[in-house]
Amino acid sequence: MGSGTNIGKVRGLGSAKHGGGHWLQQRTSAVGNLLLTTWLVISLLLMPNFDQGTLAQWLAQPTVAVPMILMLVSIFWHARLGLQVLIEDYVHDDALKFAAMTVLNFYVVGSAVFGIFTVAKLAFTGAAV
Amino acid sequence: MGQNTNRPLSPHLQIYRWSPQMAISIFHRATGFVLATAGMLTLLWWLSAIGGGAESYATFQQYVVSAGDEATGLQTAANWFFRLVALAVTFSFFQHLFSGLRHLVLDMGAGYELKTNRTWALAAFIAAFFATALVALLVASRVLGVS
Repeated sequence: MGSGTNIGKVRGLGSAKHGGGHWLQQRTSAVGNLLLTTWLVISLLLMPNFDQGTLAQWLAQPTVAVPMILMLVSIFWHARLGLQVLIEDYVHDDALKFAAMTVLNFYVVGSAVFGIFTVAKLAFTGAAV
Repeated sequence: MGQNTNRPLSPHLQIYRWSPQMAISIFHRATGFVLATAGMLTLLWWLSAIGGGAESYATFQQYVVSAGDEATGLQTAANWFFRLVALAVTFSFFQHLFSGLRHLVLDMGAGYELKTNRTWALAAFIAAFFATALVALLVASRVLGVS
């Protein structure tokens, strides 16, 4: 392992062995998003009205709460992977990149848990009309 | 990072003539960003408003759907701001969806011939535009009561 040029430092080390996983997860979550957002759009088109009571009772059903929670997991994971690439491409400073990735992780995990909790609460405790 | 910053650079974006093939690439990224920020936060707002009860949902509707006839100027302005955000999110959703479908096809190794590639890039833009217009019309007629 050389200590001079950039290429010299990495030559012979092989790949990090993580690139393929990221790529594949992005595609897997994309297919998940495709199926689950299609379900959401069709459900919204079939909704008789958009009163809070109607929506709350709709969301509290297991057949709605489960795909909704799956959708939240799928889109937030997909967004996490996508925004990670954005940060890697545009934030060049190492410290700033680390900070941005930390903020991103807090944002997606926090948002996903908030959304899942909201749906779960409706499903488990019944719709407050 | 220890590199000579004076090295010659390859021509940047503004050098090239825009084509559907290149536009769809940067639009995929930009719309993904819009969806990951404004789109997901609006979704969470909507879900928590449903869970929060009638009053909470009325507040969501006042901002995002319609401020109503007795709204102050500020409320109407806020309403129009969130309507524009919703329109941007809707367009981003369809653009990212159709562009993403194109990517899944490209990942299988198909659709790289110059004309085919250009055609489907253009088709994704057109489909996204019409799908957004359709949703806007549906919301205007079914939810806002504009006839």
